[in-house]
Amino acid sequence: MILISLIVRRTAALFCALLCLTAGAKAQVFSPETVTLANGLQVVAINNPRAPVVAHMVWYRIGAADEPPRKSGIAHFLEHLMFKGTKDIPPGEFSKMVANNGGRDNAFTSYDYTGYFQNIARDRLELVMRMEADRMSNLILTDAEVNPEREVIREERRSVVDNNPRSRLREQMNAALYLNHPYGRPIIGWDHEIQGLTTEDALAWYRAYYAPNNAVLVVAGDITMAELKPLAEKYYGVIPAKPVAQRLRPTEPVPQAARRIELKDARVRQVSLSRTYLAPSYVAGETEHADALQVLAEIFGGGVTGRLHRALVLDKPLATGAGAYYDPDSLDLTGFGVSASLRGEAKLEDLEAALEAELRRLIEEGVTEEEVARAKTRLRAAAIYARDSLQGGARAIGTAIVTGTGIEQVETWPQRIAAVTAAQVTAAARAVLREERSVTGLLLPKPGS
Amino acid sequence: MTFIVRLLLVLLALAPLPAASMTIDRVTSPGGIEAWLVRDNKIPVVALEFTFRGGAASEPGGQEGLASLLASMLIEGAGDLDSRSFQSALEDRVISLGFEAGLDTFGGSLKTLTENLDIAADLLRLSLTAPRFEAADLARVKDRVIIGLRRSAEEPNTIAGRTWMETGFPGHPYGRPTRGTPDSVANLTAEPLRGFLRQTLTRDNLIIGAAGDITPEGLGRLLDHVFGGLPARGEREAVPEIKPHNLGRTLIVRKAVPQSVMTFGHAGVKRDDPDFYTATILNYILGGGGFNSRLTTEVREKRGLAYSVYSYLGSYDYVGLMMGGTATENARVAQSLEVIRREWQRFGDEGPTSDELANAKTYLTGSFPLRLDASNRIARLLVSIQYDNLGIDYIDRRSALIEGVTMADARRVARRLFKADDLLTVVVGQPAGLEGTEVPASAPTGSGSPPPARAPSSSGGG
Repeated sequence: MILISLIVRRTAALFCALLCLTAGAKAQVFSPETVTLANGLQVVAINNPRAPVVAHMVWYRIGAADEPPRKSGIAHFLEHLMFKGTKDIPPGEFSKMVANNGGRDNAFTSYDYTGYFQNIARDRLELVMRMEADRMSNLILTDAEVNPEREVIREERRSVVDNNPRSRLREQMNAALYLNHPYGRPIIGWDHEIQGLTTEDALAWYRAYYAPNNAVLVVAGDITMAELKPLAEKYYGVIPAKPVAQRLRPTEPVPQAARRIELKDARVRQVSLSRTYLAPSYVAGETEHADALQVLAEIFGGGVTGRLHRALVLDKPLATGAGAYYDPDSLDLTGFGVSASLRGEAKLEDLEAALEAELRRLIEEGVTEEEVARAKTRLRAAAIYARDSLQGGARAIGTAIVTGTGIEQVETWPQRIAAVTAAQVTAAARAVLREERSVTGLLLPKPGS
Repeated sequence: MTFIVRLLLVLLALAPLPAASMTIDRVTSPGGIEAWLVRDNKIPVVALEFTFRGGAASEPGGQEGLASLLASMLIEGAGDLDSRSFQSALEDRVISLGFEAGLDTFGGSLKTLTENLDIAADLLRLSLTAPRFEAADLARVKDRVIIGLRRSAEEPNTIAGRTWMETGFPGHPYGRPTRGTPDSVANLTAEPLRGFLRQTLTRDNLIIGAAGDITPEGLGRLLDHVFGGLPARGEREAVPEIKPHNLGRTLIVRKAVPQSVMTFGHAGVKRDDPDFYTATILNYILGGGGFNSRLTTEVREKRGLAYSVYSYLGSYDYVGLMMGGTATENARVAQSLEVIRREWQRFGDEGPTSDELANAKTYLTGSFPLRLDASNRIARLLVSIQYDNLGIDYIDRRSALIEGVTMADARRVARRLFKADDLLTVVVGQPAGLEGTEVPASAPTGSGSPPPARAPSSSGGG
């Protein structure tokens, strides 16, 4: 809704670094308590009383990958429109009321979920619960509000994608990676389809999927379940459950051929090379590799001591930076990515050959126990750091629940990561890093520019 | 229901918000180095933030980008540890250590698990007192910086910010490219890096904040160990006070992008200006308050002209600025700017409504505790309060300073602060039907929209 209304998952490496860290933030660290109300709303409390403040979040189990044909962008569009008012709260007043009580609010849309949050003083929690519950079932939309917002979203798309060659390439790579699954569409939508989204489309989406039985309430900070539950009953418990259609998404076939995308843009001043492999998540595909792949991403592309950085940046003057990323929190098949940015006078062919050589060495020789031990140390520390913020726990727990794993998965994360062996990491690399599962993307300057 | 909700809102708005309670210890090391500390042993993490007065604006002429390059090079090996060993030592223990140059400051931050604090302190000490600056590492980092400069020189936001500063401050250090140019960076060697280190990273310039799982005694020992070896004092280039030039002009930099990016601004207030708190409130109302600002309402909500439109106070050490920005598709740029200028001037003429003033105060006081949720943010705030000489009781006094702003203050400062005819505006893109002077894009640089006055370690004290 505000500046970060869009979670462009599996595209921004930087974002993944943050999310993966948060996702890594698991670890019997947050010690959440959970109950489910009679109307089906799951309620989670995460006690972290460092300051008299709370993060209040509502997550809906619906996202951009659930959109019907020709309606790409409707999940994100509705996210924006959720701020357009109800009978009791006039258009545009929601955020003002939060701010006038010293709070900050925003929202985000992903492929698998849509979320809304307010960070606010503990004694204002009841206010935001009342307001968030109100818009769960009482949203009012008119063309007068919807039409300008469509232009806002088109401007958002211009800022985030069209004005940025790297984003343009990522969008094209995503579309090529998924042969059948809607993860191949941009979360924000294709511009030509955004133009056709109507008030009725938004309301139909809202009526179909916004319901307590399709939502999760997470409150973190200066709060306990004993305090939260009566409030949740009072504000959310009175909203009736309603039937929500099962999500039926197209599924991916077994990929048969490596794909290669070249994006040429006159603004490109640094050639870059990236590759994404179709990969299992915690709940889709060969899920037994999900933990090992997190360790693999750390060994192969974590920070400046990862293999890729050493080989491409330090050992040979081929790249200015190189890394890998993987995010297992996904309802369907996700991506394992590697990338490098070409250095100075180096040649793209040499960079690509060196990257291939590292991949080959990884597949043929595997990883060592020492590398695994070092990676695990780093991942475990991330869990402790993640407690050092108000929203870290709420994000990790919420994401886990709405991407099909749940609190237990979060709680057992440190033990599972600690148990990963070098043989498992090597096996995961061999299973996933296969040419025919991959899309390679090249960002190139436009000739003559 | 409507009535009940409204009543509740009114009551809540009247009730005082809880104060941010935080005990700050003033720690002086046996060797006489001072730091402020907020202890919290609930989580085994220690954050240390520090800032040296003197940043990119103090670079000798012709050495643009020096401070920024130094920030990158301080973690590329020190003492007996070459670059790889140094960085492995950090990564293996998940110690986060980094430096950043602002225009006015050079800042550093350290975050570590308590169990690794001794090693983290050693690595920080080495980085400050015995950096290696090896030729191969310097060449590699310079290549990275240079290509980053070339890349960002194609980014509309960067071009807009760079052109604004260059036009606003001709011949002044603030007008120079903070992160240098490809040529200036290519010419930098280890010698000027050492010179800047010696003259600027000195104890008389140093401000330190710490938060987390550490005792005052432990911090005192750490301070001497880490910072005791720095030179007592140094001499750096003086930066003259300046006022922005070329006000009222509109510059257009032609770039083939679908959406034009705009940066605009004129003189504002510095941090030590008696009107700073009033200006903070006014900025929040006009364009600093996200969704609740007048600019967002008029430009985004009513007309769908932009995804993001904002204003902010650019409080540098030697100039105060009142800035803003947005991005709109090329065909509607003129309309966007017209709406912004109209609102800007109307706000200057009329000031805020009493509701706006009251709501801004509630937000600015009530949201303050939200900034204190992580150790490094707390440590950063401690640096900021010291940097601005606000006093160790500032957090307790802050609400009163904001509450004390009257409508008469607001109207007077609004007249002083918002003058649409003074706006120096830079538009990057292919704006249709906009009058302005076409200028070429300036040399490739790395600073985004006007660069931060301070390194992150010292920002955020407002």
